[in-house]
Parts: sequence; C-alpha cells; structure tokens
Amino acid sequence: MLFLLTVIIFGLAQAAPGDPFTANIDPSVDPEVYEQQREKYGLNDSLPKQYISWLGNFVTGDFGESIHYKGRSVKDVISVRITNTVYLSLFALIITILFAIPIGLYSARNPYSWFDYTATTFGFLGLSIPGFFFGLVSIYIFALNLGWFPSQGSVSVSVSGQTGITLFLDRLHHLVLPGFTLGLAGIATYMRYVRTEVSDVLKSDYVRTARAKGMSESSVLYKHTLRNALIPIVTLLGFELGVLLSGAVITEQVFNYPGLGTLFVDSITNRDYPVIMAINLLLGTTIMVGNLVADILYSIVDPRIRYD
Amino acid sequence: MTKNNEETSVESEAKTSQEIEDEERKTPFQMSFQRFMKNKLAVVGVVVLVLMVLMAVFAPLLTSHDPTKSDLMLVENKPSAEHILGTDGSGRDNFARLLYGSRISLIVGFSAMLFTLFFGIVTGAAAGYYGGKVDAIIMRIADLIYALPFFVLALTIIAIVEEVTIGIFVTIIAITTWPNLSRIIRGSFLTLREQEFILSAQSIGANDFRIIFKHFIPNTMGPIVVNATLMMATMIIIESGMSFIGMGIPQPTPTWGNMISEAQSIRILRDHPEAWLPPGLFILVTVLSINFIGDGLRDAFDPKSGDN
Repeated sequence: MLFLLTVIIFGLAQAAPGDPFTANIDPSVDPEVYEQQREKYGLNDSLPKQYISWLGNFVTGDFGESIHYKGRSVKDVISVRITNTVYLSLFALIITILFAIPIGLYSARNPYSWFDYTATTFGFLGLSIPGFFFGLVSIYIFALNLGWFPSQGSVSVSVSGQTGITLFLDRLHHLVLPGFTLGLAGIATYMRYVRTEVSDVLKSDYVRTARAKGMSESSVLYKHTLRNALIPIVTLLGFELGVLLSGAVITEQVFNYPGLGTLFVDSITNRDYPVIMAINLLLGTTIMVGNLVADILYSIVDPRIRYD
Repeated sequence: MTKNNEETSVESEAKTSQEIEDEERKTPFQMSFQRFMKNKLAVVGVVVLVLMVLMAVFAPLLTSHDPTKSDLMLVENKPSAEHILGTDGSGRDNFARLLYGSRISLIVGFSAMLFTLFFGIVTGAAAGYYGGKVDAIIMRIADLIYALPFFVLALTIIAIVEEVTIGIFVTIIAITTWPNLSRIIRGSFLTLREQEFILSAQSIGANDFRIIFKHFIPNTMGPIVVNATLMMATMIIIESGMSFIGMGIPQPTPTWGNMISEAQSIRILRDHPEAWLPPGLFILVTVLSINFIGDGLRDAFDPKSGDN
C-alpha cells in the first residue's frame, strides 16, 4: 500500500511539465550550464533510477534539496512549517471534541427543545458555509473591526525570541480564528453524529435496565450511554485527520499561517517537486497511520472487536 | 343517539379503508414525492435553488455590464447606481460577475457531480457485481485516493496540467472524489447480490448489463439520489475553495470563489465588504438549500420515516 503510494506520487511529479529551471531561467544562460545543472540534480537519469534514488533517500530521512529555496534541504523547509500545522490541526481537533460531544449529548437528552433546534440550525449552517468564507468573515469581525485576535501569522513579531508561557499564549492567541475556521465543519458533523448515537443508545434496553436498578442519572449517562455512543465516532475521528489536513491547505491560505498548507501552495506555484513529493508522501503516510490508530482505538473502546 | 354515533364511526372507518386503498395504488416514487413535499425546509430549498438557476440563466437581462471587461479607470470603485456592488481590482463590475459567476459555479458544481456520479456508479457497480479481483483492484485504488488529503491531491494534479479549463477542472474533481460514492454503491450491491430476484434474473439468462441497470440500479436509486444531491453542495464548496486560492477556474472567468479571492488582500477585506460578502452569501445560501433538499430526499426515500 505504502509502496503504491510512493509510485503514484513519483509518477505525478514526473508527469509535471517543464523542470524547476524553466520557471526562472535567464535566457542568456549557456545551454551547457543548463545541462550541467540538470545533470547535477539527476534529472537526466532513467525514471526507475530516479525513483530508487529518491525512495532510498526518503527512507533514510533525506528528502533532497529544495529547488526554490536554494541551498536548503527539503527536510529543513518542511520541518519549520510542520509544527505550525500540527498545532493548528490539534487545536481544531480539540475544539471539535470539546464542542461536539457536550452539544450533541445535551441535544439528545432534550430532543426538540429550543437548544436542540438552535444546535441543528447551527449544524446546517456550519456544514454549508465554505471554510474560507467563514475565515474571512471572522477576520473581518474579530480581527479588523473588534481587534480581539490577530488576522495573520502564527506568532507576533514582538514575542520572537521569548520562550515559555508568553510564547505559548501568543501562539494560542493566533490559533483561535484559524482553529475555529478549520474545526467548524467538524463540530457541525460530529455534533449530529453524537446526537444520533446518544439518542439511539438512550432508547436501548440496557439503559432502561440501568435506570430501573436505580443508578444515578450521571452514571447512566457517562458510564453506559456515552461510552457506547462514542464507539462509532472514534473510527470517524481517524478519517477526520485527512479532512483536517486537507482543510488546513485552504485555512492556512486565508490566515497567511506559515504551515504546510501555505508551503504546499507556494511549492506548486514554484514547481518545487522535491517539496511537493515530500509533503504528499508525508501526509499520505500520516493518514494511513491515522487510520491504523483509529482501528486499534476502536478495539480498545469496544472490547468485542478482535482483529486476527 | 347511540345509533347515530355508530353510523359516523362506520362512515369514518369506511373512509380510512378507502384512503388506505388510495395509498396502496401509489407508486413508491409518488409516496416519496408526497413525503418530500411535506418537508418545508426542503421545499424552500427547491424554491431558492430554482431562483438561483433562473438568475444564472437570465443574467444578461439583469445587468448590462460585461463580467469580463475590465476598465482600468474604474478600479475598486465603491458601489454606485451604475455599479451596484462596485468594481473589482481590474475594474470589472462586481454585480455582473456575481450573476455570471453563478452560471459557472452552478455548472461546475452540477457537472462535477454528474461526472463523479458516473465514475462512482461504474466502479462501484463493477466492484460490487463482479467481486473478486475486479473488486480488489478498484477498492485498492479507492484506498490510495483516500490516503491523500483531497486538496493536496487535486492541487498536485492541477500543478501538472498547465492550463485549467472548466472541463479539465471538473474531471480532476471527479477523479479525486469518486471513491466515496463507489463504496456506497458497492456496499448496496453486495447486499442485493445475495437476494433471490437477482438469482432468478441470472437464471433466465439476463446479461450482466441488463441485470445491473434493470435490477441493481433501480434498487439503489435512493442512496444514489441523496448522495448525488449532497455531493453537488460539496462540489460547489470545493470549486469556490480552489478558485479562492487561485488554483481553480482561472481569471477572468467569473466564479463566486474567484470573486472572494480578491479579499485575500487585507485592504479589500476591510474596505470593500461589498465585493466579497455577496458571493460568499450566495455560496452559503445555495449550499444550504441543496443540503436541505438532500436531507428532505433522504427522509422521503426512507420507508421507515412516517407520513406525518
């Protein structure tokens, strides 16, 4: 599976027209020098040879040299950005869970109440609004007009060089708007899932039994209902990783947030193949691992499931 | 008195049995249609969508401006009687772009949905009907496409294709999104395959093509229609998102996403909300109505949902 992924990514990169030099070549450059450059970066080798050398390097952690950012290795270029994207996705995931579960739970317990209707309406809106548009509106309101949050970047210039709690708070401050933008669709989706699952479980016989035994409502709710209702949702969270990383490409663009997404779009504009391939492979592998983890988690939350 | 009572009750009973007969005479489609018409939100969605389509079709009657003609004397004008929503960075009339943009956005959304539907049905039907090796290969490819975040894969392909036209763009979206539908169709084919009527069709010598189109497809119509509708909403969001970061339908062709992409500049975002807010709201309203319709269809096709 992973092998197929590498072949496809390599094939995609090879199918791209032109080479990294055509974009910013000076017409006066001697064609011979141009050939030498191609030779130096191994662009004239046969395809299988290029593939093997690329894969070999990748496995050993050497992603090659970025063509656009001259003299910097792809590993360097990516690792600067990757932490930012991890923070952003993690923040979005956390708020998704923090909002979706309580809201869904409360809606399921009080179906057809005003709270339930409001939540459903917001759910519909959250699913229908394009993330980038929500991002723009939130910048317009909260950053430009109210001035509560910064509109761009991941950290203020004034705190550069500082460490510890100041830096952390500043980063968090920068994360609020993009985080909510990225997490919005997730909150809307999972809220509905939680509501459906919990209301299904609440109707089941063992919940009635638990109540009949005279268990306290909170123990019925958290021990019996929530635990069972969350089983299907855990698997979905595995897929959420892919959705978040995909959404991050656009969200980062809106907020000019220096993460993998902006790097990726820049690399595409600049035809920086080594970076494009590395990001593709990195994200593909992450998502595969994420799905695997979701499968394992699934068997932990639901001991009835055993994998051979 | 008692007699009178009896009579009325008999009468009302007679009426109900008459009603039941009426009910039985209805085709499943008519029943679904009636259920759909009872869903107020879904009907509102249909009305709004029809208005949007009419607006797109009759765009030339609603504005006299050419959406692609730029006038450098009129760059970023504020709204006026002549230009209701002002002009954009190249001096094009925003209101005209909004109207003509709805053409492109709706056509792209609709045709991307059709294309994906086609890919999804063909692959899902082949995988679910033939099983074995065909199934294994198709599902492997689907897994691979799933493993890459959507925007990352689509953008990589876009980087390879040098000139993006509407046709190419639609194809790219279809290539990257079919696995979802394919899995759904495969799943329902797998259950149907075990049923007797398929076996009897096979035993009277119906060919594969006939069995798939006469027996399988009509029986999976419900999920197909619901998913196709919801997919169109996703497609419109995808188109606008990619156009927003400048990797979708190229300028000067107006689309809603293209128009919003001007708001990437903080100056436009802050000073010219009339330029980016309307297209965003149009996307929101369109997607919201499509989602309502999809939801209404899901309930209408679900035999478990009651008539009231």
